[in-house]
Amino acid sequence: MNTASPLQIFIDACLINNFVLSMFLGICPFLGVSSKTDTAVRMGLAVIFVMLVSSLCAFGIHKALIAIDAPYLHLISYIVVIASAVQLVEMFIKKFSPALFRALGIFLPLITTNCAVLGVALFQTSREYHFVQAVFFALGAGVGFTLALLIMSGIRERLELADVSSVVKGAALTLMIAGVLSMGFMGFAGMGR
Amino acid sequence: MAHEATAHTGSAPAAPVPAAGTSSTKMIMTMGTLGLVCAVLIVAAFQLTQPAIERNKAAALERAVFDVIPGATSKVVFAEKDGRLVPESEAPGALRYFAGYDDNQRLVGVAVEASGQGFADLVKVIFGYAPDRGAIVGMKVLESHETPGLGTKIETDAAFRANFEALEVKLRASGNDIENPIVLVKPGKKTNPWEIEAITGATISSTAVTNILHNSTARTVPVIMNSLQTLEANGHE
Amino acid sequence: MSDHKVPATQAPSAETFLKGLWKENPVFVMLLGMCPTLAVTNSVINGLAMGLATTFVLVMSSTIVSLARRFIPGEIRIASFILIIATFVTVVDYVIQAVSLDIYRALGAFISLIVVNCIILGRAEAFASKNPVRHSVLDATGMGLGFTIACFSLGAVRELLGNGTFAGIPVLGSAFEPWTIMALPGGAFFVLGGWLLLFSWLRERKAAPA
Repeated sequence: MNTASPLQIFIDACLINNFVLSMFLGICPFLGVSSKTDTAVRMGLAVIFVMLVSSLCAFGIHKALIAIDAPYLHLISYIVVIASAVQLVEMFIKKFSPALFRALGIFLPLITTNCAVLGVALFQTSREYHFVQAVFFALGAGVGFTLALLIMSGIRERLELADVSSVVKGAALTLMIAGVLSMGFMGFAGMGR
Repeated sequence: MAHEATAHTGSAPAAPVPAAGTSSTKMIMTMGTLGLVCAVLIVAAFQLTQPAIERNKAAALERAVFDVIPGATSKVVFAEKDGRLVPESEAPGALRYFAGYDDNQRLVGVAVEASGQGFADLVKVIFGYAPDRGAIVGMKVLESHETPGLGTKIETDAAFRANFEALEVKLRASGNDIENPIVLVKPGKKTNPWEIEAITGATISSTAVTNILHNSTARTVPVIMNSLQTLEANGHE
Repeated sequence: MSDHKVPATQAPSAETFLKGLWKENPVFVMLLGMCPTLAVTNSVINGLAMGLATTFVLVMSSTIVSLARRFIPGEIRIASFILIIATFVTVVDYVIQAVSLDIYRALGAFISLIVVNCIILGRAEAFASKNPVRHSVLDATGMGLGFTIACFSLGAVRELLGNGTFAGIPVLGSAFEPWTIMALPGGAFFVLGGWLLLFSWLRERKAAPA
């Protein structure tokens, strides 16, 4: 049983072991969506919501699978839940904010293949978090993801105005920046101990 | 059949969607059949690989036990029940104690697994306690996800590993408390046999190991000392 | 993404297989499947293991998707693909555990994460669902090997510079002080960025008139 406090877990998932910059989860959207700040924010919010929903469902599913002794069904059930959660979010957003729905466009269904979301479900299972811990973990992961996305989009928007060699432009540059950001985030090590 | 195939792929659009939309029955039946096939595959793989996986895990555990109890050549597994050690079968699911015996069936030490939060994730160790020496004689890191090159030194650093060759853990003369609990000290400042010298640059990982051992010994050493008779007797089968 | 539709009778060309290795390399060219490429490539062995595991899932799921392509209605195709992929990932998870617990621990959660590797879903959607089995198998194998090459490239550089070893064999001698950053997340980003930089530069040189 894990004895970390929810706050510790939140800070850990958000800063110390940032999902994108330390754990390498969610790189595809990180590279793809981080060119503009407002898309980044919207994607981040959608991901936080999906992570929360998936985390809660994963918690329940895990208990159920243990009860019926079918550990091999974990992966399939988690991915089905995530796909459904994304559908739910899509319908929800479409109904209550059509403008947001249009702005997010293709990014929404892409959250299904966002390894960060599945990562949340898998890690909370392997670390045996209880309910409150799991919620804070999902929140921390989502906020951390959004944070990384925001920082990267801020930098990239600035870079648009700079004179960058065409060889470096694009994914190569983004990855180099991500490397520097990752090193920066390492400074959070030891926080909250 | 070849012409059929050509005609089909030639006329199909990007996705095979019939004009009026597929009936729900067809969709459910397809998913159902697919689900069944997948379920069979998964269960088959699970059943086929379980024996090998169990073997691997058992072999790894045995290697670890003999690693941390130098001199042991055979082992007997006990479990904790009501503060004493009983044969494993009498307390399923409880924390396991691996008693190591040498060729003369004499008790050399008892190995226990322990885990705790490290820097990055859970750190799992196994340590061997020798009752006659009143000290930990071996420690092995079983699982860790610590920072490569820094935190991983808890596994590789020779000076750190030397801490665990004779780490004193003695019970107080009266009662079940440890006389001098295990503590961490700064590099170069070790003066007592119950201290662990930290690794420079890996304080958090070193602290993690120290805490894990501190907490585990507080709980397990009294149990071991209370059950010495049981432990020694099992050697003389 | 490539979208080739061929009649079942036509024999697959070498191109179907080769394109995944270089021209349409999933990681270096199509920029897919980066998460595992960055995460588990701190050594050659880990990189190769991940590449091969992914190739297995890719080939098996592409085969099944291609075999079943006429029976899966369009509305549920993504869900079906994911179900098939998840099945084979679960299978490979158990197989790796049975073969080597050490590699299993090194790869960790990323074995399960193969299921959301965009390469696999991408190939199922863009190729396997529209093409005969032989072609799909070749395409999948090519893409899988291309991915493995990418993992190997990263693993080799990171292990060499970050540890002084290659596949566990000390190569650079004891005087070499490892560049610890290479074993850390930051290093992974830098190395992948470096490889992309190299390829981008090569492409520019090729395209630029003399």
